[in-house]
Amino acid sequence: MLTDLYVFADSPVHRARPVVKIAALVVLCTSLFVFEGWIAVTVAGVLVFAGFALAGLGPRHAIVSLRPALWILAAIFAVQLYMTDVVFAGFIVARFVVLILAAALVTLTTRTSEFVDGILSALRFAPSWVPKAQIALAVSLFLRFVPLVRTALDDVREAQRARGLDRNLKAILVPLVVRILKTADEVSQAIYARSFD
Amino acid sequence: MIAFTDVSVEKNGVAILGGITVHLKERRVGIIGRNGSGKSTFARLFNGIEKPTSGRVALDAPHEREALRRHVGFVFQNPDNQIVYPIVSEDLAFGLKNLKLSARETQARIEAVLERFDLTHLRDRFTHQLSGGEKQMIALAGVLVMRPRMIVLDEPTTLLDLWNKRKFMTAIDALDEHVVLVSHDLDLLADFDRVLHIEDGTIVADGDPATVVAGYVASARC
Ligand SMILES: Nc1ncnc2c1ncn2[C@@H]1O[C@H](COP(=O)(O)OP(=O)(O)O)[C@@H](O)[C@H]1O
Ligand SMILES: [Mg+2]
Repeated sequence: MLTDLYVFADSPVHRARPVVKIAALVVLCTSLFVFEGWIAVTVAGVLVFAGFALAGLGPRHAIVSLRPALWILAAIFAVQLYMTDVVFAGFIVARFVVLILAAALVTLTTRTSEFVDGILSALRFAPSWVPKAQIALAVSLFLRFVPLVRTALDDVREAQRARGLDRNLKAILVPLVVRILKTADEVSQAIYARSFD
Repeated sequence: MIAFTDVSVEKNGVAILGGITVHLKERRVGIIGRNGSGKSTFARLFNGIEKPTSGRVALDAPHEREALRRHVGFVFQNPDNQIVYPIVSEDLAFGLKNLKLSARETQARIEAVLERFDLTHLRDRFTHQLSGGEKQMIALAGVLVMRPRMIVLDEPTTLLDLWNKRKFMTAIDALDEHVVLVSHDLDLLADFDRVLHIEDGTIVADGDPATVVAGYVASARC
């Protein structure tokens, strides 16, 4: 989850309830696979485009969201091209692009805390034995750990590069795991200290 | 304010703190000691992050039976590990959620704490983009927004430069809340009411800063 990519603005998309956005995303993704074909992809693409425009997001935000997936998309395209033809390869990639942009539209317009609250309110009608607060806490913990792992990886890689070990998998993995465990310990302690029931 | 009665902590069969009995009433208490002496373990007992293996930690009446966590805030050395949410205002709201306040009251508390430390301009910033000094101030604000009676800080200035250290300590000095500060910056403790020196999991000296710090410095000569 791209938790630190929230774009500040006051648009109808920003204001929409997180549950609604998440539900719309699920429906859209499912439809793209149920109604296979160019028509569905085009319709979904237009919807996502409209969503971007309504949220006041520009091409820059679309590019930033797609960039991490670029290599994977290229690989998928190459494999499909080899196995089928250029039209089908194009279709598969176009569908992925629409999916990624739809997900980005939600993360770009929803704060992490709203996201967690959305999950909580979706759980409101769940039976009482469902540990709602714990689920919300687990989700915020998970969201917190994504950027944490990313910075840890950057730091460790840099440090090992200085020693000429940046191509040595063990030299990266061992300190990375140790550091993540250590940080995880303190982050959970901090969350415990800052919240109470 | 807070009383430790024969408190011991053991981890994996290793004794880390042994039989600590102390009653802290002072508004400013410092804790010093070498690396690995048990300062962090001791500090974490104050608000229940750490549980004593035996003995008792309790706030003075009338709050005695209420949770330590509710009344004692904790600031860690590294604010990166303490800040949970990506946006300053939503991080400050994190602990408040548990108090079940109205949206307006939550907002008012956040504004108040930001104003108190002159941090209003940071309200809508991404936490991971703040400077080290700003992060530590936000971590402190996130604890104080809960209105604790006491706040424990475990080496909070270690990662700060001289300027941010001074700024942070100015904020601490101005607090009405009781403060317990673990620090290797001995000069920060000069005007504290009481300093505890911890060695090998026990309190080896306890008194006014001048005496205790002098003893500690002397013990480090080799
Ligand atoms: N989980 C653990 N198991 C065994 N020993 C531990 C554990 N955690 C900490 N210790 C030991 O307890 C001692 C005190 O640690 P700590 O309270 O962090 O000291 P300080 O903050 O003064 O540096 C250290 O010697 C440390 O190695
Ligand atoms: Mg320590």
